[in-house]
Amino acid sequence: MSTRTLPLLFINLGGEMLYILDQRLRAQNIPTDKAKKDWIEEDRRRVMNDIITTMFNNKFLEELFKPQELYSKKALRTVFDRLAHASIMRLNQASMDKLYDLMTMAFKYQVLLCPRPKDILLVTFNHMDAIKDFVRDTPTILSQVEETYKQLIEIYTPMSGGEFQLIRQTLLIFFQDMHIRVSIFLKDKVQNSNGRFVLPTSGPVPYGTHTPGLIRMFSCNGDEVKRIQFRDDGNYSAALREGSFDLFGDRVIKLGTNMYSVSRPLETHMSGTSKNSLQHTKVNTIPNPLAKEELNLLAKLMGGLEVQNPSNPDSGFRVNLFTTDEEEEEALISRPEELSYEVINIQATKDKKANAKLAKIMGEFSELEEPAPSSSSKGDDLLSMMDGL
Amino acid sequence: MAKMYHKEKSIQIKSSASALFNNLSVLRIAPRCLTYFTVVHANVVNMVSASWDGLNYSHRQLQSKEGNVAASSSLIMQAAWCVLPSRDLLVLTSQKGIQMYESDGSIMVYWHALDTPETPTAQAMFARGIAAVGDAYICVGVSFGSVLVFDIPSKGSNITLSEVLEEHTEAVTDMAAECSGSMEYIADLVTSDDSGLLCVWKSGGDFQLLNKIPGFDTSCSSVKLWKGIAIAGYSTGQIRLYEAITGILHAEVNAHARWIYSLDIAPFAGLLLSAAEDSLVRVWHLSLVPETNSVEIEHLYNECVTDTQICGAKFCDGDGCAFAVTGYDLSEIIRYTQV
Repeated sequence: MSTRTLPLLFINLGGEMLYILDQRLRAQNIPTDKAKKDWIEEDRRRVMNDIITTMFNNKFLEELFKPQELYSKKALRTVFDRLAHASIMRLNQASMDKLYDLMTMAFKYQVLLCPRPKDILLVTFNHMDAIKDFVRDTPTILSQVEETYKQLIEIYTPMSGGEFQLIRQTLLIFFQDMHIRVSIFLKDKVQNSNGRFVLPTSGPVPYGTHTPGLIRMFSCNGDEVKRIQFRDDGNYSAALREGSFDLFGDRVIKLGTNMYSVSRPLETHMSGTSKNSLQHTKVNTIPNPLAKEELNLLAKLMGGLEVQNPSNPDSGFRVNLFTTDEEEEEALISRPEELSYEVINIQATKDKKANAKLAKIMGEFSELEEPAPSSSSKGDDLLSMMDGL
Repeated sequence: MAKMYHKEKSIQIKSSASALFNNLSVLRIAPRCLTYFTVVHANVVNMVSASWDGLNYSHRQLQSKEGNVAASSSLIMQAAWCVLPSRDLLVLTSQKGIQMYESDGSIMVYWHALDTPETPTAQAMFARGIAAVGDAYICVGVSFGSVLVFDIPSKGSNITLSEVLEEHTEAVTDMAAECSGSMEYIADLVTSDDSGLLCVWKSGGDFQLLNKIPGFDTSCSSVKLWKGIAIAGYSTGQIRLYEAITGILHAEVNAHARWIYSLDIAPFAGLLLSAAEDSLVRVWHLSLVPETNSVEIEHLYNECVTDTQICGAKFCDGDGCAFAVTGYDLSEIIRYTQV
């Protein structure tokens, strides 16, 4: 549908990823001795800076901002696998799955709850503002981020409400049937135990909307002749002021700001046996004639994602999104099959000769579908796969 | 307010509803005591035929096939039944074009491809807004603002594009034919777009533009035409009632807290159904006041579909005895009948 959806999807998911990684990097292995602590703090900054540099790389953004259809869930997951490994940090498959679940459910919530479709842009600016703050001490990265603000403002602020609604509807199709339960949402009572989000029927109405409840009738010459109140069954208040669509300023809405803190856990609950998700898998196994076309686009896009190889592989460190390694292993085994992202199932083997580069990508993607022999090497496998692009 | 409707057993559908305007279509087949429903899910249309005794349901899924099977499947924007005096057709609009099926979804009788560019452009390409008008026309809107008029023969597949109406400059959102069944109203089609503009038409060999009712830069996502009154639902949650031919505003209602996704009319009872992203469905009563030559609107009923952004709502009969609702991510059609 909307060909302007991908940049917003990428930036907001990327923003959520950075919130989670920042939280994990702060929470994991906080050592007692001072020297070690400094080292870890330095690593955290490096990881954040490397990922942000990669996200806002000029060549990559140029591809990203071209009008295009959305990628499939699997293809986008591949992009984020690569992005998460743009630095010295390594995530194994279970942690990466969990990271991606958290990111996608968070952004689904924001898209569903944003008062007007246009407010998706304010959600994006909330993520951008936080990213800007992550790199406030690194001028070179900061200027990359600011360049992206300019592009967002130039492309999106002139758009009509209808165009934003189309973007929102495109995003909602992307997130359709994902009902993974996230503990932070369950605790805040914004998600129900069946995975559906709570929609309030109270609070301020969207900017530009009147609170429901009034009927006005007019005579043929335009005079108001009758005014009746009706019971609207909600408890709405007047709209807040409109948030700033500028480089700076108060965005007013809070969706898209950082909801994690070191003390808040990152739990997810798979509910893979529901009828919906089963059917969803069935749909996905139908050979997708778009797969090849999509891979071409993907290869082009990912060509812009420059990954900085750690000079010494040993310098990389592993981050776990679970409390313990045992939990992480358990999650990998117990993950329902229909929820696995197993990157791209390609039916285009006949065309292998046609494009050697593409064939290489395909071959390497299919390797990913085998369970990892050992979790520790998984991150490196992924990285070498990405380098093959 | 007395309880007017009560919830009935839901109808399960094969895949969940997508968030698209007017994402529910209902067709009553009285001779066979059946009601057909369609709901769009991404690139699939879920079709259910339900017997009135509630005992039999049969399901069918239509893919957006785009004429030839090898072509890639695209997202569907809308599915709607078009009832003409001589035949009923099921019309699907997508990113690639327009498909027309026999009403039971069995045979595709016509395919119209949109001029899709090689590389995607900044402006999205799709068809949206479907209406059967007069004796033999089906009209379909396009994202570039055109309204395509198709000439439908009483049987067979010799459907032709007879006219293209170029009055809208923004994406067409919805359109509706006069639904009162009376021939006394000159205007028989109203079309709406993303800027809120309404165009009022008289169908015929050449469609005639009767009036343009300007919008206020708020998208009009659903529109109906009943006894010469254009009823429009907007992104601001407002409903406005205009005399179609003159554009005189009769009433303005702050009806919903969020974007309205669907309006429907039960023409014999003068009931209006409105549904929005705010999870509320409301029923209103419309009455013409001959002395002042105007229309009045009265609120009758609310139904909250908890935690559901509603995307489709339709009366199941001309008297408004029952209505059905769909919502984003829901794999069921929820039904309500009058107490």
